[in-house]
Amino acid sequence: MIPGLTRSRAAILPRDGGGEPWLAAVIAVLCFLACLSAVGAVSADRAAHGWARQLRAEATVQVRPRVGETGTEAAARAAQTLAGVTGVEEAEAMDRQTAEALLRPWVGDAVLPDLPLPHLVTVRLDRDAPASAVSLSRALAEAGVDATVDDHSLWRGEVERSAALITALAVAAFLLTAGAAGAAIVYATQAGMAAQRTIIETLSLNGASDGRIAGLYQARYGLLAAGAGAAGAAAAMALTAGLRFLGGADGVTPALPVAWSDLLMLSPCPLLAATVALVAARITALARLRGGR
Amino acid sequence: MPVQPRRAALTASATDTVRLSGVGFGYADGPSVLRDINLILAAGSFHFLTGPSGAGKSTLLKLLTLAARPTAGELTLFGEDAGAAPRSALPGFRRRMGVVFQDFRLLDHLSAFDNVALPLRLAGARRDSYAADVEEMLDWVGLGERTDDRPPTLSGGEKQRLAIARAVVNRPDLILADEPTGSVDAAMGERLLKLFQSLNRLGTTVLIASHDEGLAAASGASVLRLEGGRLVGGMA
Repeated sequence: MIPGLTRSRAAILPRDGGGEPWLAAVIAVLCFLACLSAVGAVSADRAAHGWARQLRAEATVQVRPRVGETGTEAAARAAQTLAGVTGVEEAEAMDRQTAEALLRPWVGDAVLPDLPLPHLVTVRLDRDAPASAVSLSRALAEAGVDATVDDHSLWRGEVERSAALITALAVAAFLLTAGAAGAAIVYATQAGMAAQRTIIETLSLNGASDGRIAGLYQARYGLLAAGAGAAGAAAAMALTAGLRFLGGADGVTPALPVAWSDLLMLSPCPLLAATVALVAARITALARLRGGR
Repeated sequence: MPVQPRRAALTASATDTVRLSGVGFGYADGPSVLRDINLILAAGSFHFLTGPSGAGKSTLLKLLTLAARPTAGELTLFGEDAGAAPRSALPGFRRRMGVVFQDFRLLDHLSAFDNVALPLRLAGARRDSYAADVEEMLDWVGLGERTDDRPPTLSGGEKQRLAIARAVVNRPDLILADEPTGSVDAAMGERLLKLFQSLNRLGTTVLIASHDEGLAAASGASVLRLEGGRLVGGMA
């Protein structure tokens, strides 16, 4: 056995024992924040779509009683009419207690008995083929019911716009953190190459190409970022799992319903971090080598 | 002795290994360090480059290793224009040379074994293909018992021998050495000179820059003399 074969191959570049742990810590924190941004975006999108789906499956009808007719009678007649419309699963007149329960958080108990309340019918629509507001209005008009149909499209639009904005902000936060990680790698590569200038010259004079030298820095920072990314993702997974465990399917807050599947979404984080580091280190190293600095 | 006559037949009959025509070099806003150097090193030849301190010996070696480019004239290595070669072509030239630096340029974080193996690793060789050669080369320069030691633990003479082992381990066509016997005793100096001579006999072109004119004269090799940035005698 040749003794040299039993030795492990030492890294061609020396370790930067002082700076690399800090760089790893910075990248781990950035990955943690990026993961939280991703979970936040997905949860907000999930909540918004859930709300929009709920709003799309319901309509509210306000009924104005005719002369000689009570509001309760008008609402019952409207509910009966709407129940027969295609695309309606159920129509139910809202009784006063239910209406008061809805208003109680806003106006309190004191004024509720004296407050004139609208006569409402809640309509649950077929999720697959919901009836349109126009068809509901037409059916009510044909039955001689004076009513206004609200298909919640105004709210639905607001919710969808808010969800889109939150998603865009989360994507921007994700890209910014990826950019910050890339900038950290660029700085570390430049600092490392400046500190190891004589080593780089020696490698070059011993036949190393620019690509080979850049590859050494890529390997170093790619591995470092992968490890740091794994640590950041693991911390984010732990937090996400905690939120899911504490909050259940609805989440700690209805605005952020966390799912177990969100944990899987975080698994590519080390790969993404390594990719950012590989690209940043290569571009920086080649630019520096070709610039002769 | 691990060195094999790789490409010996080619270098013995092909073009000149080094050709400098009207080569000059100067730093920006500074005086010329080298002026109008005309030099041919035939394949398989052996030369000493002497001259007083500051004559430009190290600068001429820097040009030949392509660590610097001529500011005037033409530099041809292995029959190809190297003075104007693109940066991407430099590794190809450098892998055909072995360089012994005056300051050794050893990598302190690597073992003696890994320092010697460096050119082979950088060329993409597998460890099992070079381990035996590296061990044998370390034995030959008297460092067989120190293969795992790092340069900071070696003496000046041991570092020099390690640097020489690294320069010759890939059986180069051209060896450039800057004061390669400066840190060793006379016996080791003679032994290292014999190493260069044996490599030369196998077809390797050798150029040794040295202030030791006695050693140069005793070697029987062609002696080139630089003074004030000009070659003043012993045209090859």
